[in-house]
Amino acid sequence: MKILVGVKRVVDYAVKIRVKPDRSGVVTEGVQHSMNPFDEIALEEAVKLKEKKLATEVVAFSLGGPKSAEVLRTALAKGADKAVHVQVTDAEAGKLESFHVAKALQKIVEQEKFDAVFLGKQAIDDDSSQTAPILAGLLEWPQALYASKVEDAGAGHMKVTREIDGGLDTIKVKVPFVLSADLRLNEPRYATLPNIMKAKKKPLKNIPIKDLNVDITPQTETLEVTEPPVRQAGGFVDDVSALVAKLKEKGFVKA
Amino acid sequence: MLSARTVLSRAGLISNASRLNSTLVVAEHDETKLAPITLNAITAASKLGNEVSVLVTGANATKVAEQVAKVNGVKRVLVAQDEKLKNNLPERVAPVILASQKQFNFTAITAGSSAFGRGVIPRVAAKLDVSSISDVTEVHSADSFTRTLYAGNAVKKVKSTAPIKLLTFRGTSFEPAKEGGSGAVENAPSADIKTDLSEFLGQELSKSERPDLATAKVVVSGGRGLKSGDNFKLIYDLADKLGAGVGASRAAVDAGYVPNDMQVGQTGKIVAPELYIAIGISGAIQHLAGMKDSKVIVAINKDPDAPIFQVADIGLKADLFKAVPELTAALP
Repeated sequence: MKILVGVKRVVDYAVKIRVKPDRSGVVTEGVQHSMNPFDEIALEEAVKLKEKKLATEVVAFSLGGPKSAEVLRTALAKGADKAVHVQVTDAEAGKLESFHVAKALQKIVEQEKFDAVFLGKQAIDDDSSQTAPILAGLLEWPQALYASKVEDAGAGHMKVTREIDGGLDTIKVKVPFVLSADLRLNEPRYATLPNIMKAKKKPLKNIPIKDLNVDITPQTETLEVTEPPVRQAGGFVDDVSALVAKLKEKGFVKA
Repeated sequence: MLSARTVLSRAGLISNASRLNSTLVVAEHDETKLAPITLNAITAASKLGNEVSVLVTGANATKVAEQVAKVNGVKRVLVAQDEKLKNNLPERVAPVILASQKQFNFTAITAGSSAFGRGVIPRVAAKLDVSSISDVTEVHSADSFTRTLYAGNAVKKVKSTAPIKLLTFRGTSFEPAKEGGSGAVENAPSADIKTDLSEFLGQELSKSERPDLATAKVVVSGGRGLKSGDNFKLIYDLADKLGAGVGASRAAVDAGYVPNDMQVGQTGKIVAPELYIAIGISGAIQHLAGMKDSKVIVAINKDPDAPIFQVADIGLKADLFKAVPELTAALP
């Protein structure tokens, strides 16, 4: 099984983001970026399947501006064999929709004949949670979203346990398939220094987006990005009886 | 197998297509009753300014369709009842939506932003070659919407130029549609449902007598401060006094105190109850994303600098092991 893993460079999850004063977006210049946490999990799962000899090759994919190469190097250091950087300018990257990313992934899958695509369940910047089902739709492959466990089911099938609203469900999908990783699928490894050094020698292919013939014309125009309404802290109460009195006052507890 | 009704509606395809300006809502259900989020989605869909049709797919779709037809604002209910559609796998539901789209030319195709809706709507968008928009929190017009980014720390207003709008709606941002409609029920057009791609093997749902977390009026949540799964009994006892749903922070889930589906936050459930009581939860950005639209927030934490206090309407700096039993005892 040849696995393609999509990784996205996003503002680090611990950063408190700021909205630009002109309301055009979020400040990303000079802000700590890293690999989207869910993508780290997707990558870890692919690497684990390779270690279990269920996968033969793991290729990391990123669509984005020049700095996306950094997350691809990280992916190589964490165990990917090769990397593909589909390049756009930073200006274009800011306008990409899940739909465009899925189309670029589709082209790579078709060119290099992958058996599975592993993605994170959502990117923590746009919180869209769409690329995996769009890609599965484009390829007409089955989709295993919000995966928390992946097992070989034999005869060209995989068994995937998924996190759904009321608990868990288990599905069997036919290979080739698209998977999206949930938080609890695994604990991603750290890249060790020797592996970071080795990763520098691993192949990283650059493909300008125009070479893939993917139309990245936006279908969604941003009108404005604003700060959410700020909540005012209401202050402290001294003890439990004061808390109960407040709850009574607000009508949550019968007086 | 074409029913007379199907033939008729097919013959009328052209006039239908030009006359109807209709939004489709894909219903979610458990084969016996409609999922509450579909009622929120119907309210959101009616804000698009079009007639609302609802598609019900499944092995017992007819029964659920009767419930849907009574919902206020629903003009038409399309039913696809088929054993192959049991458990509504996205690979099987998508062709039914596409066949319906071919016949009725909807201007928008929508669903609630649940695991089901987020799985099926983008898959359909791919086949229609349009860009979908997820987790919409506000509908301004037929083509402009608001959604949140960065764990709710930025709010984005967008205009969609896609020829068909493919949307999922955040349940907590829209009131549930009420009863009082009388929609016409008819069969959905038949679709070629392939069954070899995926198969449903089973599910393990967390059983609880308490109100559903996503729709509960009061939610009591516990975090790492509870220290063990056994101590979560303090949370359950308080919740039972208040008739509340029970939630948890990611830390509590990761530590194994409670199951995953109780997680409130960016990557778990988004709730907006009348009252949210956060106990032993520090209030990381990712947790706040899931609860900061609650009407009243109460925080009980022994660390006065915990970020949760910056959003709490009522804060109590106290040891939860002492304060929570006291609170439970003080309630009627």
